[in-house]
Amino acid sequence: MAGAAVKAPPLKEYPVIPILAPGAMGASKPYAASDKMNEALGFPGKLPEDWHARAIAKMGELLGKYRGLRVFLDACVHCGACTDKCHYFLGTGDPKNMPVARQDLLRKVYRRYFTLAGKWFPKLVGAEDLTEEVLEDWFKYFNQCSECRRCSVYCPYGIDTAEITMAAREIMNAVGMGQKYTNEIIGKVHKIGNNLGLPPRALADTLETLEEEIKEETGVDVKLPLDQRGAEVLLITPSADFFAEPHVFSLIGYAKVFHAAGISWTLSSHASEAANFGVFIGSYEQMKKVSMRVREAALELGAKRLVVGECGHAWRVAYSFWNTLIGPFDFLDPRYPAPQHICELTHDLVERGAIRLEREKNDHRVVTFHDSCNVARGAGMGGVPGGQFTIPRDLIRASCNNFYDMAPETIYESTYCCGGGGGLLSDEIMDLRVKGALPRMEALKQVVDAHGVNFMAMICAICKAQFTKVVPYYDFDMSMVGGVHQLVGDAIRLGELH
Amino acid sequence: MLSALYASLFYAATAVLVGGVAWRVIEYARAPAPLRIPTTPAPMTRAGAAGRVAREVVLFESLYRSNKWIWLFGWMFHVALALVLVRHLRYFIEPVWGWVAFAQPFGIYAGFALVAGLAGLWARRFLVERIRYISTWSDHLMLALLAGIALTGLGMKYVAHTDIIGLKEFMLGLMRFDWQPLPADPLLLVHLSLVLVLMVVFPVSKLLHAPGVFFSPSRNQPDDSRERRHLAAWARD
Repeated sequence: MAGAAVKAPPLKEYPVIPILAPGAMGASKPYAASDKMNEALGFPGKLPEDWHARAIAKMGELLGKYRGLRVFLDACVHCGACTDKCHYFLGTGDPKNMPVARQDLLRKVYRRYFTLAGKWFPKLVGAEDLTEEVLEDWFKYFNQCSECRRCSVYCPYGIDTAEITMAAREIMNAVGMGQKYTNEIIGKVHKIGNNLGLPPRALADTLETLEEEIKEETGVDVKLPLDQRGAEVLLITPSADFFAEPHVFSLIGYAKVFHAAGISWTLSSHASEAANFGVFIGSYEQMKKVSMRVREAALELGAKRLVVGECGHAWRVAYSFWNTLIGPFDFLDPRYPAPQHICELTHDLVERGAIRLEREKNDHRVVTFHDSCNVARGAGMGGVPGGQFTIPRDLIRASCNNFYDMAPETIYESTYCCGGGGGLLSDEIMDLRVKGALPRMEALKQVVDAHGVNFMAMICAICKAQFTKVVPYYDFDMSMVGGVHQLVGDAIRLGELH
Repeated sequence: MLSALYASLFYAATAVLVGGVAWRVIEYARAPAPLRIPTTPAPMTRAGAAGRVAREVVLFESLYRSNKWIWLFGWMFHVALALVLVRHLRYFIEPVWGWVAFAQPFGIYAGFALVAGLAGLWARRFLVERIRYISTWSDHLMLALLAGIALTGLGMKYVAHTDIIGLKEFMLGLMRFDWQPLPADPLLLVHLSLVLVLMVVFPVSKLLHAPGVFFSPSRNQPDDSRERRHLAAWARD
């Protein structure tokens, strides 16, 4: 767990499926949430006396609520197709990080308590009692899954380990075994409105400072409005965009796009967060509660369009779940998709010639694109299949002259997770994060060597934070990590004073 | 005595198979799917999603992308099994339908493909470390059961012929509730016993992947969440 001990595995010329190393990650686990953090979300503070009954009851409840969970727990035939698909397995060799083995941690308990075969012949079908040891194993290995769904693409039945992990985390939360990073952050959103706990006053100051910086650099009065009633667009963006680097460069990019296109827009201090960690812990209620701030802000400010900034899981929640959780969006302008991704908006403006991009401005960059898992496998863009792949790439090609894709088996829906998604972007599990990034780092190394790539663009706040931290372990420079709208922002012609 | 035993066992096993699978299917169908979770590449329409499920069922599309060896053995086994089952229809119908008669020669060769597919799948459970790790007793026993059925079947075709006319009389009698004697051939009795076991374990085992694949939300849902609002009954306020 000590940060100093973290060492990256060597990058191989060709990806190799590791030899099993049982127990290799048996010591890796995140910090447990404090009693207060759990209770703030309505979960028991710590393991209650009757934890066993509660856990089994919760499992039964989830089986009745989610068809996916029921089918996924029944349908697996142990064919092994998924065994070499998880980045955490490829990076660690721990067999419990093979998707099927991870699922089996939950499945063996399901079999024991919910199937005839498991009740009568537990040994035969690999059914097991739920014990504190099993719970402990869950806490370790269901916190070594980033819910990236790569295995689901390859499963002959579409079994989605993310759904299993979410169910396991829900059960753990129901018995007071919450994880600190996710639960603390969800608490902050409920209390203050964003993951960082940034109060409205500080947010306003930050945006003002950014306006000054843009003015200084470009001579143009690009605004970053906050809580502006009557603005056409309400932009919901991850709070990391407000002051983490390189995130903030994308925020500047969005602002320049709105400015150049003459679209009135605003941010909201009430809904100052696109991220929704409710999805990471699988909680429908938490996910809905976090999302509801967006609806409230949109109604309050009278916005006509909802646009979402660069954030992977946020886009999945917005694209796939918002309509269900906080819809219907009958108060928004029906001419635009609700919600709309910032890449869709910018792409549309570029297509219509409403904004101009000067590629030469990015000539010092040789760019590749990292597909973020939640965008790639859990959402769409542009209303056409695969739009979530072509639209960001179109924007990159419109913003710079040098673009090279990474190996085909590592992009599009086959993309590898950054290694820090799904609620695992926490420093005490840095070892896991570094190892989980291995497959992406190998693919990156190939294009760096072959084409001199010096910039990896992406549209996810977690990917940006994770890679900035992790690429140095693989001898890359952290400045090569950045957003698509960072490129757009550097290439855009602002008109006026130029 | 023997005939009565097997007759009653077949009725019981059929009831377990049909009732058990119906029970699971009803449970799958009744459980709500509150959130849209199709996995890319997801079609945008219901028809597209139905086509996707059909390709999964017929071609094992995802498995093909995933692992060519598992696909080869798995697909070979399942197609062979389908042909063999079609061929076996002739023991349950009189007169034999034209297309069943047509499939007859293919069904015979399929018997060998079936065994080859099973052998390949089983070998992987021993030879590939990752798959050895995830294999349970029931995974091996399921393969043993299927291999046993296939080998006794081939045995009756190529080694020691059974009284196939008598068997057909027995089966037709079962279906008409007009019981006929079952030929007391050991190979046949083993074959039928293993089939009975397979029928009974079907609804309580991983063989549920067969109905399950049709209900998998990551495959059967269209990608239309921005256009259509989906709300499960339990999720209403």
